[in-house]
Amino acid sequence: MSQKESLFSPKIIKTFLGPLNQNNPIAVQVLGICSALAVTVQLKPALVMAISVIIVSSFANLIISLLRNTIPTNIRIIVQLVVIATLVIIVDQVLKAYVYDVSKKLSVFVGLIITNCIIMGRLEAFAMGNKPWVSFVDGFANGVGYGIILILVGFFRELFGSGKIMGISVIPEFFYQMGYENNGFMILPPMALITIGIIIWIHRSWNKTLIEK
Amino acid sequence: MYSNRYIIIYSTILVIVVATLLTLVSIGLKPKQDYNRKVEKMQNVLASVHIETTPKNAQEYFNKYIIEQFVIDYKNVKQENFLAFEVNVEKESKLPAEKRKLPVFVHKTDDGQIKYIIPMYGKGLWGPIWGYISLNEDKNTIYGAFFDHKGETPGLGAEISTIEFQNQFKNKKLFDEKGNFVSVKTVKGGAIDVDAHAVDAISGGTITCNGLNKMMVDELKPYEMFLKSKN
Repeated sequence: MSQKESLFSPKIIKTFLGPLNQNNPIAVQVLGICSALAVTVQLKPALVMAISVIIVSSFANLIISLLRNTIPTNIRIIVQLVVIATLVIIVDQVLKAYVYDVSKKLSVFVGLIITNCIIMGRLEAFAMGNKPWVSFVDGFANGVGYGIILILVGFFRELFGSGKIMGISVIPEFFYQMGYENNGFMILPPMALITIGIIIWIHRSWNKTLIEK
Repeated sequence: MYSNRYIIIYSTILVIVVATLLTLVSIGLKPKQDYNRKVEKMQNVLASVHIETTPKNAQEYFNKYIIEQFVIDYKNVKQENFLAFEVNVEKESKLPAEKRKLPVFVHKTDDGQIKYIIPMYGKGLWGPIWGYISLNEDKNTIYGAFFDHKGETPGLGAEISTIEFQNQFKNKKLFDEKGNFVSVKTVKGGAIDVDAHAVDAISGGTITCNGLNKMMVDELKPYEMFLKSKN
Protein backbone atom coordinates (compact mmCIF):
# COMPACT_ATOMS: atom_id res chain seq x y z
CA MET A 1 0.00 0.00 0.00
CA SER A 2 2.99 2.27 -0.39
CA GLN A 3 1.76 3.83 -3.60
CA LYS A 4 -1.06 6.20 -2.91
CA GLU A 5 -3.56 6.25 -5.71
CA SER A 6 -5.32 9.52 -6.42
CA LEU A 7 -9.05 9.66 -5.71
CA PHE A 8 -10.06 9.97 -9.35
CA SER A 9 -7.31 8.26 -11.28
CA PRO A 10 -8.12 6.84 -14.76
CA LYS A 11 -8.50 3.38 -13.19
CA ILE A 12 -11.14 4.65 -10.78
CA ILE A 13 -13.02 6.37 -13.57
CA LYS A 14 -12.88 3.22 -15.68
CA THR A 15 -14.14 1.19 -12.72
CA PHE A 16 -16.96 3.63 -12.33
CA LEU A 17 -18.05 3.83 -15.97
CA GLY A 18 -17.85 0.12 -16.77
CA PRO A 19 -20.99 -1.00 -14.94
CA LEU A 20 -22.94 1.93 -16.31
CA ASN A 21 -22.48 0.90 -19.92
CA GLN A 22 -20.12 -1.82 -21.12
CA ASN A 23 -20.64 -4.07 -18.13
CA ASN A 24 -24.11 -3.15 -16.92
CA PRO A 25 -25.25 -5.77 -14.41
CA ILE A 26 -28.79 -5.99 -15.79
CA ALA A 27 -28.52 -5.08 -19.46
CA VAL A 28 -25.27 -6.90 -20.19
CA GLN A 29 -24.69 -9.48 -17.47
CA VAL A 30 -28.45 -10.07 -17.01
CA LEU A 31 -28.12 -10.41 -13.24
CA GLY A 32 -30.59 -9.32 -10.59
CA ILE A 33 -33.53 -9.64 -12.95
CA CYS A 34 -36.04 -11.00 -10.43
CA SER A 35 -36.14 -7.91 -8.26
CA ALA A 36 -36.06 -5.73 -11.38
CA LEU A 37 -39.30 -7.36 -12.50
CA ALA A 38 -40.98 -7.23 -9.13
CA VAL A 39 -40.45 -3.73 -7.81
CA THR A 40 -40.81 -1.65 -10.97
CA VAL A 41 -44.60 -1.25 -11.15
CA GLN A 42 -44.18 2.27 -9.83
CA LEU A 43 -41.27 4.66 -9.85
CA LYS A 44 -41.07 5.29 -6.12
CA PRO A 45 -40.45 1.70 -4.97
CA ALA A 46 -37.99 1.30 -7.86
CA LEU A 47 -36.14 4.39 -6.69
CA VAL A 48 -36.01 3.23 -3.07
CA MET A 49 -34.90 -0.24 -4.16
CA ALA A 50 -32.17 1.28 -6.34
CA ILE A 51 -30.89 3.40 -3.45
CA SER A 52 -30.97 0.38 -1.12
CA VAL A 53 -28.95 -1.73 -3.54
CA ILE A 54 -26.45 1.08 -4.12
CA ILE A 55 -25.88 1.43 -0.37
CA VAL A 56 -25.58 -2.30 0.22
CA SER A 57 -23.27 -2.97 -2.72
CA SER A 58 -20.98 0.01 -2.02
CA PHE A 59 -20.52 -0.74 1.65
CA ALA A 60 -20.35 -4.51 1.25
CA ASN A 61 -17.54 -3.99 -1.26
CA LEU A 62 -15.80 -1.53 1.04
CA ILE A 63 -16.01 -3.75 4.13
CA ILE A 64 -14.95 -6.91 2.33
CA SER A 65 -12.08 -5.08 0.71
CA LEU A 66 -10.90 -3.80 4.11
CA LEU A 67 -11.08 -7.32 5.51
CA ARG A 68 -9.77 -9.06 2.40
CA ASN A 69 -6.35 -9.90 3.80
CA THR A 70 -7.74 -11.34 7.01
CA ILE A 71 -10.63 -13.41 5.67
CA PRO A 72 -9.82 -17.14 5.81
CA THR A 73 -10.30 -18.50 2.28
CA ASN A 74 -12.27 -21.52 3.48
CA ILE A 75 -15.08 -19.42 4.89
CA ARG A 76 -14.91 -16.37 2.62
CA ILE A 77 -18.35 -16.89 1.08
CA ILE A 78 -19.88 -17.11 4.54
CA VAL A 79 -18.11 -13.95 5.62
CA GLN A 80 -19.32 -12.18 2.48
CA LEU A 81 -22.88 -13.31 3.12
CA VAL A 82 -22.77 -12.19 6.75
CA VAL A 83 -21.62 -8.74 5.68
CA ILE A 84 -24.28 -8.43 2.99
CA ALA A 85 -27.02 -9.77 5.24
CA THR A 86 -26.10 -7.34 8.01
CA LEU A 87 -26.22 -4.36 5.66
CA VAL A 88 -29.51 -5.50 4.15
CA ILE A 89 -31.14 -5.92 7.55
CA ILE A 90 -30.00 -2.46 8.58
CA VAL A 91 -31.40 -0.97 5.35
CA ASP A 92 -34.65 -2.88 5.83
CA GLN A 93 -35.03 -1.64 9.41
CA VAL A 94 -34.34 1.94 8.35
CA LEU A 95 -36.91 1.72 5.55
CA LYS A 96 -39.49 0.32 7.98
CA ALA A 97 -38.87 3.25 10.28
CA TYR A 98 -38.76 6.09 7.77
CA VAL A 99 -40.60 5.09 4.57
CA TYR A 100 -43.10 2.57 5.91
CA ASP A 101 -45.46 2.60 2.92
CA VAL A 102 -42.67 1.95 0.43
CA SER A 103 -41.14 -0.74 2.61
CA LYS A 104 -44.51 -2.51 2.57
CA LYS A 105 -44.56 -2.43 -1.22
CA LEU A 106 -41.01 -3.74 -1.46
CA SER A 107 -41.88 -6.40 1.15
CA VAL A 108 -39.61 -9.41 0.71
CA PHE A 109 -37.53 -7.89 -2.06
CA VAL A 110 -35.40 -5.83 0.28
CA GLY A 111 -34.58 -9.02 2.16
CA LEU A 112 -33.81 -10.69 -1.13
CA ILE A 113 -31.04 -8.18 -1.85
CA ILE A 114 -29.01 -10.66 0.22
CA THR A 115 -29.24 -13.15 -2.60
CA ASN A 116 -28.83 -10.57 -5.35
CA CYS A 117 -26.13 -12.08 -7.52
CA ILE A 118 -24.76 -8.67 -8.49
CA ILE A 119 -23.55 -8.00 -4.96
CA MET A 120 -22.13 -11.46 -4.25
CA GLY A 121 -20.50 -11.39 -7.67
CA ARG A 122 -18.78 -8.05 -7.08
CA LEU A 123 -17.49 -9.13 -3.67
CA GLU A 124 -16.05 -12.36 -4.97
CA ALA A 125 -14.74 -10.96 -8.26
CA PHE A 126 -13.60 -7.51 -7.23
CA ALA A 127 -13.51 -6.63 -3.54
CA MET A 128 -11.53 -9.74 -2.56
CA GLY A 129 -8.64 -8.57 -4.72
CA ASN A 130 -8.70 -4.78 -4.76
CA LYS A 131 -8.06 -1.87 -2.45
CA PRO A 132 -10.92 -0.32 -0.43
CA TRP A 133 -11.52 2.90 -2.35
CA VAL A 134 -11.58 1.34 -5.81
CA SER A 135 -13.78 -1.45 -4.44
CA PHE A 136 -16.19 1.06 -3.00
CA VAL A 137 -16.39 2.80 -6.38
CA ASP A 138 -16.96 -0.54 -8.09
CA GLY A 139 -19.79 -1.43 -5.70
CA PHE A 140 -21.32 2.00 -6.06
CA ALA A 141 -21.12 1.90 -9.86
CA ASN A 142 -22.68 -1.54 -10.04
CA GLY A 143 -25.47 -0.37 -7.77
CA VAL A 144 -26.00 2.66 -9.99
CA GLY A 145 -25.92 0.50 -13.13
CA TYR A 146 -28.63 -1.65 -11.61
CA GLY A 147 -30.55 1.37 -10.37
CA ILE A 148 -30.62 3.15 -13.74
CA ILE A 149 -32.34 0.21 -15.39
CA LEU A 150 -34.77 -0.14 -12.48
CA ILE A 151 -35.70 3.53 -12.65
CA LEU A 152 -36.09 3.46 -16.43
CA VAL A 153 -38.36 0.42 -16.25
CA GLY A 154 -40.28 1.87 -13.30
CA PHE A 155 -40.75 5.15 -15.14
CA PHE A 156 -42.24 3.58 -18.28
CA ARG A 157 -44.35 1.06 -16.39
CA GLU A 158 -45.89 3.67 -14.12
CA LEU A 159 -46.40 6.10 -17.00
CA PHE A 160 -48.15 3.67 -19.31
CA GLY A 161 -49.63 1.40 -16.65
CA SER A 162 -51.14 3.97 -14.30
CA GLY A 163 -50.71 7.28 -16.15
CA LYS A 164 -48.67 8.60 -13.25
CA ILE A 165 -45.12 9.53 -12.28
CA MET A 166 -44.21 9.21 -8.60
CA GLY A 167 -47.92 8.84 -7.87
CA ILE A 168 -48.88 12.11 -9.58
CA SER A 169 -51.13 11.93 -12.63
CA VAL A 170 -49.29 13.27 -15.66
CA ILE A 171 -51.50 12.20 -18.54
CA PRO A 172 -54.05 14.97 -19.09
CA GLU A 173 -57.74 14.20 -18.67
CA PHE A 174 -58.16 15.28 -22.30
CA PHE A 175 -56.35 12.13 -23.49
CA TYR A 176 -58.71 9.88 -21.56
CA GLN A 177 -61.70 11.65 -23.07
CA MET A 178 -60.21 11.01 -26.52
CA GLY A 179 -60.32 7.30 -25.69
CA TYR A 180 -56.81 6.74 -24.32
CA GLU A 181 -56.63 4.07 -21.63
CA ASN A 182 -53.97 3.00 -19.18
CA ASN A 183 -52.45 -0.28 -20.26
CA GLY A 184 -53.18 -2.74 -17.45
CA PHE A 185 -50.69 -5.14 -18.97
CA MET A 186 -47.85 -2.77 -18.00
CA ILE A 187 -48.60 -3.44 -14.34
CA LEU A 188 -47.99 -7.16 -14.67
CA PRO A 189 -44.49 -8.70 -14.43
CA PRO A 190 -44.28 -9.91 -18.07
CA MET A 191 -44.21 -6.32 -19.31
CA ALA A 192 -41.24 -5.61 -17.05
CA LEU A 193 -39.37 -8.39 -18.80
CA ILE A 194 -40.34 -7.01 -22.20
CA THR A 195 -39.40 -3.46 -21.14
CA ILE A 196 -35.98 -4.69 -20.02
CA GLY A 197 -35.69 -6.53 -23.33
CA ILE A 198 -36.38 -3.32 -25.22
CA ILE A 199 -33.81 -1.46 -23.11
CA ILE A 200 -31.22 -4.15 -23.88
CA TRP A 201 -32.11 -3.89 -27.57
CA ILE A 202 -31.67 -0.10 -27.62
CA HIS A 203 -28.48 -0.38 -25.57
CA ARG A 204 -26.93 -2.83 -28.01
CA SER A 205 -27.94 -1.02 -31.13
CA TRP A 206 -26.25 2.06 -29.68
CA ASN A 207 -23.17 0.24 -28.32
CA LYS A 208 -22.20 -2.09 -31.17
CA THR A 209 -19.30 -3.70 -29.27
CA LEU A 210 -21.84 -5.57 -27.14
CA ILE A 211 -23.31 -7.52 -30.05
CA GLU A 212 -22.14 -11.10 -29.97
CA LYS A 213 -21.04 -12.60 -33.26
CA MET B 1 -3.20 -21.59 5.07
CA TYR B 2 -5.31 -20.50 7.97
CA SER B 3 -5.45 -22.66 11.07
CA ASN B 4 -8.75 -23.90 12.44
CA ARG B 5 -8.15 -21.83 15.53
CA TYR B 6 -7.85 -18.66 13.46
CA ILE B 7 -11.01 -19.47 11.55
CA ILE B 8 -13.03 -20.15 14.68
CA ILE B 9 -11.84 -17.00 16.42
CA TYR B 10 -12.38 -14.96 13.27
CA SER B 11 -15.93 -16.12 12.78
CA THR B 12 -16.75 -15.70 16.47
CA ILE B 13 -15.59 -12.11 16.48
CA LEU B 14 -17.42 -11.42 13.23
CA VAL B 15 -20.68 -12.81 14.56
CA ILE B 16 -20.42 -10.93 17.85
CA VAL B 17 -19.73 -7.64 16.09
CA VAL B 18 -22.62 -8.17 13.67
CA ALA B 19 -25.04 -9.23 16.41
CA THR B 20 -24.22 -6.19 18.54
CA LEU B 21 -24.63 -3.88 15.60
CA LEU B 22 -27.99 -5.32 14.57
CA THR B 23 -29.30 -5.24 18.13
CA LEU B 24 -28.41 -1.58 18.43
CA VAL B 25 -30.09 -0.74 15.12
CA SER B 26 -33.18 -2.73 16.04
CA ILE B 27 -33.55 -1.14 19.48
CA GLY B 28 -32.84 2.31 18.11
CA LEU B 29 -35.47 2.16 15.39
CA LYS B 30 -38.16 0.22 17.24
CA PRO B 31 -40.15 3.18 18.62
CA LYS B 32 -40.42 4.68 15.15
CA GLN B 33 -41.47 1.35 13.60
CA ASP B 34 -44.06 0.70 16.31
CA TYR B 35 -45.48 4.13 15.70
CA ASN B 36 -45.76 3.39 11.97
CA ARG B 37 -47.62 0.15 12.68
CA LYS B 38 -49.96 1.93 15.05
CA VAL B 39 -50.76 4.59 12.48
CA GLU B 40 -51.34 1.94 9.83
CA LYS B 41 -53.80 0.15 12.12
CA MET B 42 -55.70 3.38 12.67
CA GLN B 43 -55.85 3.94 8.92
CA ASN B 44 -57.15 0.41 8.41
CA VAL B 45 -59.87 0.80 11.03
CA LEU B 46 -61.00 4.04 9.44
CA ALA B 47 -60.84 2.56 5.93
CA SER B 48 -63.59 0.11 6.92
CA VAL B 49 -65.93 3.04 7.50
CA HIS B 50 -64.94 4.72 4.23
CA ILE B 51 -62.73 7.39 5.76
CA GLU B 52 -59.57 8.00 3.80
CA THR B 53 -56.58 9.12 5.80
CA THR B 54 -52.91 9.80 5.34
CA PRO B 55 -50.28 8.74 7.88
CA LYS B 56 -50.17 12.38 9.00
CA ASN B 57 -53.82 12.87 9.90
CA ALA B 58 -54.65 9.28 10.94
CA GLN B 59 -54.30 9.93 14.66
CA GLU B 60 -56.45 13.04 14.53
CA TYR B 61 -59.22 11.36 12.51
CA PHE B 62 -59.10 8.26 14.69
CA ASN B 63 -59.67 10.32 17.81
CA LYS B 64 -62.45 12.24 16.11
CA TYR B 65 -64.40 9.40 14.52
CA ILE B 66 -63.86 6.45 16.85
CA ILE B 67 -65.92 7.54 19.82
CA GLU B 68 -65.61 4.38 21.87
CA GLN B 69 -63.68 1.12 21.92
CA PHE B 70 -64.22 -1.84 24.18
CA VAL B 71 -63.35 -5.50 24.59
CA ILE B 72 -65.92 -8.23 25.20
CA ASP B 73 -65.83 -12.00 25.57
CA TYR B 74 -67.98 -14.48 23.63
CA LYS B 75 -70.81 -14.12 26.17
CA ASN B 76 -70.90 -10.40 25.46
CA VAL B 77 -69.53 -9.51 28.88
CA LYS B 78 -67.40 -6.41 28.80
CA GLN B 79 -63.80 -6.97 29.75
CA GLU B 80 -62.56 -4.03 31.72
CA ASN B 81 -58.92 -2.98 31.72
CA PHE B 82 -58.43 -3.78 28.05
CA LEU B 83 -58.26 -1.31 25.20
CA ALA B 84 -59.60 -2.64 21.90
CA PHE B 85 -56.80 -0.97 20.00
CA GLU B 86 -54.15 -2.79 22.02
CA VAL B 87 -55.60 -6.27 21.49
CA ASN B 88 -53.43 -8.41 19.24
CA VAL B 89 -56.03 -9.92 16.92
CA GLU B 90 -53.50 -12.30 15.40
CA LYS B 91 -52.83 -13.96 18.76
CA GLU B 92 -56.50 -13.95 19.76
CA SER B 93 -57.60 -15.60 16.52
CA LYS B 94 -55.58 -18.68 17.42
CA LEU B 95 -57.35 -19.18 20.76
CA PRO B 96 -60.61 -21.07 21.22
CA ALA B 97 -63.66 -18.79 21.13
CA GLU B 98 -64.32 -19.04 24.89
CA LYS B 99 -60.91 -17.61 25.71
CA ARG B 100 -60.81 -14.83 23.18
CA LYS B 101 -60.75 -11.16 23.89
CA LEU B 102 -63.01 -9.59 21.28
CA PRO B 103 -62.30 -5.96 20.41
CA VAL B 104 -64.98 -3.63 19.06
CA PHE B 105 -64.59 -0.07 17.82
CA VAL B 106 -67.54 2.29 17.72
CA HIS B 107 -67.64 4.88 14.97
CA LYS B 108 -69.97 7.87 14.78
CA THR B 109 -70.53 9.26 11.31
CA ASP B 110 -70.79 12.96 10.60
CA ASP B 111 -74.59 12.67 10.56
CA GLY B 112 -74.68 10.90 13.91
CA GLN B 113 -75.12 7.24 12.90
CA ILE B 114 -73.42 4.57 14.98
CA LYS B 115 -71.28 1.90 13.28
CA TYR B 116 -69.54 -1.03 14.92
CA ILE B 117 -66.12 -2.08 13.62
CA ILE B 118 -64.84 -5.61 14.16
CA PRO B 119 -61.27 -6.64 13.36
CA MET B 120 -60.45 -10.04 11.90
CA TYR B 121 -57.43 -12.14 11.04
CA GLY B 122 -57.03 -15.21 8.86
CA LYS B 123 -54.93 -17.13 6.39
CA GLY B 124 -54.55 -16.55 2.68
CA LEU B 125 -52.46 -18.52 0.24
CA TRP B 126 -48.96 -17.27 1.04
CA GLY B 127 -49.44 -15.67 4.40
CA PRO B 128 -51.82 -13.90 6.71
CA ILE B 129 -54.79 -11.81 5.60
CA TRP B 130 -56.68 -9.45 7.87
CA GLY B 131 -59.41 -6.92 7.78
CA TYR B 132 -62.05 -4.82 9.47
CA ILE B 133 -65.80 -5.10 8.96
CA SER B 134 -68.07 -2.25 9.93
CA LEU B 135 -71.72 -2.88 10.73
CA ASN B 136 -74.74 -0.61 10.89
CA GLU B 137 -76.55 -0.03 14.15
CA ASP B 138 -78.64 -3.20 13.59
CA LYS B 139 -75.37 -5.18 13.95
CA ASN B 140 -76.38 -7.17 10.90
CA THR B 141 -76.00 -5.08 7.76
CA ILE B 142 -72.45 -4.46 6.62
CA TYR B 143 -71.54 -0.82 6.18
CA GLY B 144 -68.02 -1.27 4.90
CA ALA B 145 -65.14 -3.70 4.69
CA PHE B 146 -61.40 -3.39 4.54
CA PHE B 147 -59.04 -6.27 3.78
CA ASP B 148 -55.31 -6.44 3.48
CA HIS B 149 -52.72 -9.16 3.11
CA LYS B 150 -49.07 -9.83 3.66
CA GLY B 151 -48.10 -11.34 0.33
CA GLU B 152 -50.95 -12.64 -1.80
CA THR B 153 -50.33 -12.91 -5.54
CA PRO B 154 -50.64 -9.50 -7.24
CA GLY B 155 -53.56 -9.39 -9.66
CA LEU B 156 -55.09 -12.53 -8.14
CA GLY B 157 -55.46 -13.03 -4.39
CA ALA B 158 -54.11 -9.55 -3.72
CA GLU B 159 -57.30 -8.15 -5.27
CA ILE B 160 -58.98 -8.51 -1.86
CA SER B 161 -57.31 -5.24 -0.91
CA THR B 162 -58.93 -3.32 -3.78
CA ILE B 163 -61.80 -0.92 -3.21
CA GLU B 164 -63.85 -2.66 -5.93
CA PHE B 165 -63.77 -5.96 -4.09
CA GLN B 166 -64.39 -4.42 -0.70
CA ASN B 167 -67.31 -2.32 -1.88
CA GLN B 168 -69.22 -5.47 -2.76
CA PHE B 169 -69.68 -6.17 0.94
CA LYS B 170 -71.73 -3.06 1.53
CA ASN B 171 -75.36 -3.82 2.50
CA LYS B 172 -74.75 -7.57 2.76
CA LYS B 173 -76.09 -9.23 5.89
CA LEU B 174 -74.54 -11.49 8.51
CA PHE B 175 -77.79 -13.12 9.71
CA ASP B 176 -80.49 -14.76 7.60
CA GLU B 177 -84.20 -13.99 7.99
CA LYS B 178 -84.60 -16.58 10.74
CA GLY B 179 -81.79 -14.98 12.70
CA ASN B 180 -79.18 -17.66 12.07
CA PHE B 181 -75.57 -16.61 11.67
CA VAL B 182 -74.44 -17.23 8.08
CA SER B 183 -71.95 -14.41 7.43
CA VAL B 184 -70.95 -13.40 3.89
CA LYS B 185 -68.92 -15.55 1.57
CA THR B 186 -67.32 -15.24 -1.81
CA VAL B 187 -69.03 -17.18 -4.58
CA LYS B 188 -67.63 -18.34 -7.89
CA GLY B 189 -69.42 -17.58 -11.10
CA GLY B 190 -70.77 -14.30 -9.89
CA ALA B 191 -72.96 -13.68 -6.89
CA ILE B 192 -76.49 -12.50 -7.61
CA ASP B 193 -77.16 -9.04 -6.29
CA VAL B 194 -80.19 -10.18 -4.35
CA ASP B 195 -78.18 -12.73 -2.35
CA ALA B 196 -77.53 -10.94 0.92
CA HIS B 197 -74.79 -13.36 1.95
CA ALA B 198 -72.53 -13.61 -1.10
CA VAL B 199 -70.11 -11.50 -3.09
CA ASP B 200 -68.17 -12.25 -6.26
CA ALA B 201 -65.06 -14.34 -5.71
CA ILE B 202 -61.80 -13.46 -7.45
CA SER B 203 -60.84 -15.53 -10.47
CA GLY B 204 -57.48 -17.12 -9.83
CA GLY B 205 -57.64 -16.21 -6.18
CA THR B 206 -59.53 -19.25 -4.97
CA ILE B 207 -57.35 -20.11 -1.98
CA THR B 208 -57.25 -16.51 -0.81
CA CYS B 209 -61.04 -16.31 -1.16
CA ASN B 210 -61.51 -19.57 0.73
CA GLY B 211 -59.33 -18.14 3.48
CA LEU B 212 -61.45 -15.02 3.44
CA ASN B 213 -64.66 -17.08 3.70
CA LYS B 214 -63.25 -18.95 6.65
CA MET B 215 -62.16 -15.72 8.28
CA MET B 216 -65.61 -14.16 7.79
CA VAL B 217 -67.14 -17.07 9.71
CA ASP B 218 -64.50 -17.96 12.31
CA GLU B 219 -63.76 -14.41 13.30
CA LEU B 220 -67.35 -13.15 13.48
CA LYS B 221 -68.92 -16.24 15.07
CA PRO B 222 -67.49 -15.49 18.55
CA TYR B 223 -69.25 -12.12 18.38
CA GLU B 224 -72.66 -13.75 17.85
CA MET B 225 -74.02 -12.90 21.32
CA PHE B 226 -72.86 -9.32 20.95
CA LEU B 227 -74.33 -9.03 17.46
CA LYS B 228 -77.69 -10.39 18.57
CA SER B 229 -77.91 -8.21 21.66
CA LYS B 230 -79.86 -5.01 21.31
CA ASN B 231 -77.39 -2.71 22.96
